[in-house]
Amino acid sequence: MTQDVFYNKVREIFFENKVVIMFAVICLFAFYHSGMTTTMFFNELFTRFGRNTFMVLSLLIPVVAGLGLNFGIVLGAMAAQIAMFLIVLWGGSGLLGIFWVALLATPIAIVFGYLVGRMFNSMKGSEMIGGMVTALFADGFYQFLFLFVFGGVIPIAATRLMIPTGVGVLNAINIGDSPNYMRQVIDNVSMLEILNVSFIAAIAFTAGMLIYKLAKKQPITLRGEGGFSKILLFLVPLTLAYIASFVIMPFLFFLYQDRLNGLVGVRLGAVTLALYNIYQIVQSKFVLKQETTPVRYYIYLGVAALLYAITLNTIIYSGLEHVGVPVFTYLLIAGLCFFIKWFMNTRLGQNMRTAGQNRAVATAAGINVDRTRVIAMIMSTLLASYGQIIMLQNFGVMSTYGSHTQVGLYAIAALLVGGATVSRASVKHAIMGVLLFHSLFILAPFASANLMGSALIGEYFRFFAANGVIAIALVMHAWQRTTKRKAVTA
Amino acid sequence: MQSEYVLELSNIRKAYGENVVLNGVSLAVKPGEIHALLGENGAGKSTLMNILFGMTMIHETGGYEGTVKISGEEVSFTSPNDALSAGIGMVHQEFMLIPGFTITENIKLGREDTLPTVLSHLFGKSLERLDHAKMDSDARKSLDAIGMGIEEHTRIMGLPVGYMQFVEIAREIDKLGIKLLVFDEPTAVLTESEASQLLDVMKSIADKGIAIIFISHRLSEIMTAAHGMTVLRDGELVATKPVVETSVTEIAELMVGRSIDNLGIAQEETFAGKPVALSIRDLHVDMPGEAVRGVTFDVHEGEIFGIGGMAGQGKVGVANGISGLFPADGSVEVFGERLDLLKLGDALDKGLAFVSEDRRGVGLLLEESIAHNIMFRVMATRQDFLSSFGFAKLLDAGKMNKHAQDMVELLDIRCHGYRQKVGTLSGGNQQKVCLAAALTMKPRLLIVSEPTRGIDIGAKELILNYLTKLRKEEGLTVIMISSELAELRSLCDRVAIVSDGKIVSILSPNASDAEYGLAMSAIAPADPDNEKGGVQ
Repeated sequence: MTQDVFYNKVREIFFENKVVIMFAVICLFAFYHSGMTTTMFFNELFTRFGRNTFMVLSLLIPVVAGLGLNFGIVLGAMAAQIAMFLIVLWGGSGLLGIFWVALLATPIAIVFGYLVGRMFNSMKGSEMIGGMVTALFADGFYQFLFLFVFGGVIPIAATRLMIPTGVGVLNAINIGDSPNYMRQVIDNVSMLEILNVSFIAAIAFTAGMLIYKLAKKQPITLRGEGGFSKILLFLVPLTLAYIASFVIMPFLFFLYQDRLNGLVGVRLGAVTLALYNIYQIVQSKFVLKQETTPVRYYIYLGVAALLYAITLNTIIYSGLEHVGVPVFTYLLIAGLCFFIKWFMNTRLGQNMRTAGQNRAVATAAGINVDRTRVIAMIMSTLLASYGQIIMLQNFGVMSTYGSHTQVGLYAIAALLVGGATVSRASVKHAIMGVLLFHSLFILAPFASANLMGSALIGEYFRFFAANGVIAIALVMHAWQRTTKRKAVTA
Repeated sequence: MQSEYVLELSNIRKAYGENVVLNGVSLAVKPGEIHALLGENGAGKSTLMNILFGMTMIHETGGYEGTVKISGEEVSFTSPNDALSAGIGMVHQEFMLIPGFTITENIKLGREDTLPTVLSHLFGKSLERLDHAKMDSDARKSLDAIGMGIEEHTRIMGLPVGYMQFVEIAREIDKLGIKLLVFDEPTAVLTESEASQLLDVMKSIADKGIAIIFISHRLSEIMTAAHGMTVLRDGELVATKPVVETSVTEIAELMVGRSIDNLGIAQEETFAGKPVALSIRDLHVDMPGEAVRGVTFDVHEGEIFGIGGMAGQGKVGVANGISGLFPADGSVEVFGERLDLLKLGDALDKGLAFVSEDRRGVGLLLEESIAHNIMFRVMATRQDFLSSFGFAKLLDAGKMNKHAQDMVELLDIRCHGYRQKVGTLSGGNQQKVCLAAALTMKPRLLIVSEPTRGIDIGAKELILNYLTKLRKEEGLTVIMISSELAELRSLCDRVAIVSDGKIVSILSPNASDAEYGLAMSAIAPADPDNEKGGVQ
């Protein structure tokens, strides 16, 4: 009997994750046939992960709010490119230039998100197709803006950005050279700078809190709500690290880097994951004294151990050894993951979940569903525009009429491959999806070139892979739904 | 000004266009009172509650006359939220719950307790984070208050229906300052033990000084739980009195008793000796909202057999199960031949035609002509009205047109001609097309479900007369399902009353109002225990 239960459980897990498993198998198959070295593969994968994950994460909030997979993120990308063009025009450069781009993209993305949100409210249930058509429609306006309005209506003196006739913007805008050096400026922020800035920010925040509490005549406590124990949890290690950076020279040299060695990164990640889950288990067993410790902590602990173990494998080891992880970009992605988790636990996040599950019930509970949906769209569009900025600075060149066209398709394909559905998506799905989808994207041309004997077919295959995965993932989800329904009626 | 009553509705009148649905209705409820609101389907209960809750559809259709007072103060709610903030809550008949959420999350839906965060200081209260500890403890309190021991972290998905009802109630009593709770058919989906538990919960809520309006058609529940009652009939106030001064029989009479005279009562005929046309044994139908749970009856040749009962009790499910539109189980024999219930269309093949209550959804192709609608089923099942042309089968236009013209004349379908699209016809004429389509099948047994729903009085009479004529002249056996008792009693030889998916009793059209009323409340007439009620 128990064996049956176990067997059923395994089968269920397998069935639940079949999309992920299938694509993982395809990736392994493709890797085997691609003849690629792990060094090359990991290098590509880590670069692509840094470049694309932020954009994919921007899809999560609308899914939770019941708007489905948002093809409208293309508008966010357009907002980023309009801002990028203007800042380049006005001579922005460096990290500060990127900051201005983000600042300028914000209001544009908010307006776009608001408009799309309003439109989606009048076409509930068909948001996906609506978003696709809107993106195409908006592309028309975008082209009108860049091909005619810039130079045609608004005179632009900077000829280096314009088509020789003076009307219309160049096809490709270089942001990799002076005077607009913005190539990989986010990726290149060194760990030392990050440490210094976060130390100063932490000090400023703590001081601000103290002043606020003193001004409001609130008691300053260590524990409890609004206590300082949580702040100290961050402040103390940061201060220690800050001091260490002056005292311990090897540490300082380590911090001077802007890329983290892949091997160190993965091992650090594994150790952090392990420590966090050990902390949770200890917390649950000895502090909260819960009767049952959630199994997931043990599972994650196992995953962490496995992750560390595979870095010991020579092939993986040699692959990761030469990979440089852009620290700041990855921190931004991690920050967004935590923000989404935190946000889902706020009143607004809860309202979005409710509205996503059932609009009628949400309305009856006094939630303004339409407003909530518009906010979700604004957030998604805004995050997508930041995602596009990350992508553009990584490339170092902006293809004026092309950079934004495929982002919706690729981001959605990635999310679906990670096991998300139109109605359910999480950070886990996004990360898993980016890894699998981009692995396939990297490997497919090589594998098919080797198998079919033609590199050209490999390129076609890449195209097929991007579009095909959406179809396959959707069909597999549909299959899952019908099977479930049968199980219910039986 | 403090008033003795929590809620006073006085002289409420509401009309949709020419159609008056409420006229001079008054209702008053004291704190801590359980007040029963009674009436048949369409008596105006829902409209009255919609007015109380300020539903937008009331205002969109021209508002209402009369006054609504809460604790002595006159109010006019323009949205359900106004009503909620004034302390009026509703326990819905359909659950307003989110299956993927936990019990706590559902109880606190839209009213989550939160704690301030750094971002909420900057961007406003919507970024405050949820205070799970407080939400859990509040939910626990509400659940304990209604005697529900279940873990508050359990997800709604997979809970028994009864539990869902209790979660709904827990949500209402968790609201601060709740003064009045409306229970709309709360026991309709519950098992007997759950229902009696619910009544206990209602009493304990009332003991805390919260007033309750209890809408139910189960009279025995009213007798055990309610203090006062108001009976509506056809939008008019029939009676308001304390429950102790009345009996189940009296309430039943008050609810049903209507001027049957204008329709008359069918001449009772006995068909007991005649051969059996339709024999149903232990039929179960899985139709959402109209489930049938074991129905057994025989219909004799030439008989008009009526099936009545409240909405949602399963009378419509019987017909849908037999015709194969919903999954069904049991034995159905038509003229001695056994039906394959799982095979769609088998009923049609065996000479049984069905006029669905959902004429726009199931019965008609709205974008097609009258002629097509009358004949598409016959073409599909009997290959009638078709002419062979080699391997192809073509429409036999001449024959079709003639038949369509005949039917239009016979049933007096008001149209420009049989080529008119059915979607442009009025409800009554659409119903006639449905009937014509069913008759074209040349059935030996006709099932008509809600034939007069939503159609005007003239068309109604014509359809009813035609059914009688068919029976007399062609010996057609008819099963008629209707929510209107008067209609069934004017036409049928026997009327079966369905409640909770089962037949309570099969009555003669001459049976008294009380008998019908009791049957509708799921009390079989032969059960003397229920004859006398009152709060014990």
